[in-house]
Amino acid sequence: MRVEFRLSGSGGQGLLLAGITLAEAAIYAGKNAVQTQSYGPEARGGSSKAEVVISDEEIDYPKATDPDFLLALTNDAYKTYGPMMAKGLIITDTSVTLDPAIKARTVALPILSSAAEKVGKKVVANMVALGVLGGLSGVAPKEILKKAVVARVPKGTDELNVKALEVGLELAAQSGAASK
Amino acid sequence: MAETIKLMQGNEACTMGALAAGLQFYAGYPITPSTEIAEMCSEELPKGGGKFIQMEDEIGSIAACIGASLTGKKSMTATSGPGFSLMQECIGYASLCEIPVVIVNCQRMGPSTGMPTSPAQGDVMQARWGTHGDHSVIVLAPGNVKECFELTFKAFELSEKYRVPTFVLTDEVIGHMREKVVMPDPKSYKMPQRAQPSTPAGYKPFEADPDGGVPLMAPFGKGYRWHCTGLFHDETGGPTGKPAKADALLRRLDRKITKNIDEFTDYFAEGLEGCDVAVVSFGSSAMAALSAVRRARKEGKRVGMLRLKTLWPFPDAAVRKLTASAKKIIVPEMNLGQVALEVERVVHGSAEVVKLGKVNGELFHPDEVYAALKEAF
Repeated sequence: MRVEFRLSGSGGQGLLLAGITLAEAAIYAGKNAVQTQSYGPEARGGSSKAEVVISDEEIDYPKATDPDFLLALTNDAYKTYGPMMAKGLIITDTSVTLDPAIKARTVALPILSSAAEKVGKKVVANMVALGVLGGLSGVAPKEILKKAVVARVPKGTDELNVKALEVGLELAAQSGAASK
Repeated sequence: MAETIKLMQGNEACTMGALAAGLQFYAGYPITPSTEIAEMCSEELPKGGGKFIQMEDEIGSIAACIGASLTGKKSMTATSGPGFSLMQECIGYASLCEIPVVIVNCQRMGPSTGMPTSPAQGDVMQARWGTHGDHSVIVLAPGNVKECFELTFKAFELSEKYRVPTFVLTDEVIGHMREKVVMPDPKSYKMPQRAQPSTPAGYKPFEADPDGGVPLMAPFGKGYRWHCTGLFHDETGGPTGKPAKADALLRRLDRKITKNIDEFTDYFAEGLEGCDVAVVSFGSSAMAALSAVRRARKEGKRVGMLRLKTLWPFPDAAVRKLTASAKKIIVPEMNLGQVALEVERVVHGSAEVVKLGKVNGELFHPDEVYAALKEAF
């Protein structure tokens, strides 16, 4: 089965790293994964989008065509990609203003504030988001997600990032929106 | 070390392929979307005694690579459209002087500065004809991350063997995409070696069989005395204005590539046997195309896919074969029909060629190719 993720927000939020880590976790779990990205010419800021496609089969087309999960961490990202959502679930940060015209199933979670308050560092919001996506999609078990995080984050920050992942997994569990 | 499984980026795989082939020298000027190659070479090359230099621009970069190659070092640079434009003059020099060099061009939207972070495939003709005069080059086009490794490795094999500038033409999608790659055991690869003369006595640097022979290349700094000039030259390397010598040189340079075309014509084919409609594509466009072709085939349509891994010299024979059954050939590419022009030339009216060009800085969606397929039936 092909599962598609779109991670969107602003440049510098670390969504690319979250996407890479998610793809790597899927590979550790024995699946195929492709990760692509699109971003503007700015060094920081601007819009940023990472996509991950995970499948048990060969992946011929690498981009998300009808995402199963859209992560939108900013209002701009939500407004840009929310209306394109058909079958999938939208996951926004609670700071995003929801639009009743966007009909796809939506869950708002305190991703950015949890990074700051529960982990103590705003910059690990990407790993909180990874935990949320991993938890809701079930593409890789917790231990494998942990292994992927430790393999990709800068040395010495493992503990902080793994804690962020766990906070994300907890948010996913409490949301009641996990895939069956 | 045996096989390893990795999540690898296209640019990273190009670098790994170059290192596996024995890359010893990289000179470059960073440019999106190719920069990861320079970044990784700067880290990896010094570990094995190789050299990395960041140059002042792309002209300096290719010139430095040519110089290093003349001393016998395997050399590479990587760039994107604007940098590739700057390199053209020296590409002509490398072609006429038969200096092996590999260039990765990770294409972005152009012309000019264009859209630096957006994919395109607009450099197909530039890769073939960018420098002035009739000249010989080989151009390979990976269609996935694994092939970035394989074809960069192959670029070194061909460049060293035929003493010809060889390009790896990727694009922003292929270059930045990460996917699962099963990397072969590094020991399973045979590193390409340049054919060298055994003694300086009587060495003539451009002496070769007039029918496409490749002269032996002596490394500078090892006791051989020879002249390397961008003027037309005879076997000794000295400049010549004699019509017969000039004619023989240019024809030999052309022949050494065209004569061996079968050795490096490479493509991926699926469902071509008896197909009514064929799709010809390359690089990242081919990923959308293949997805659409498979969908149409599941619905019982007789449609086949030909993905070119060698772009130049153009694989005429493989394309001509399509007309055995295909009445229509669709060519999706992120330009206004550069490969389609070649397909038209080859099929010469025996099949209808449908140009499917996309130039908005975005990769094709499979639906777009599928819609063209539906229309073709």
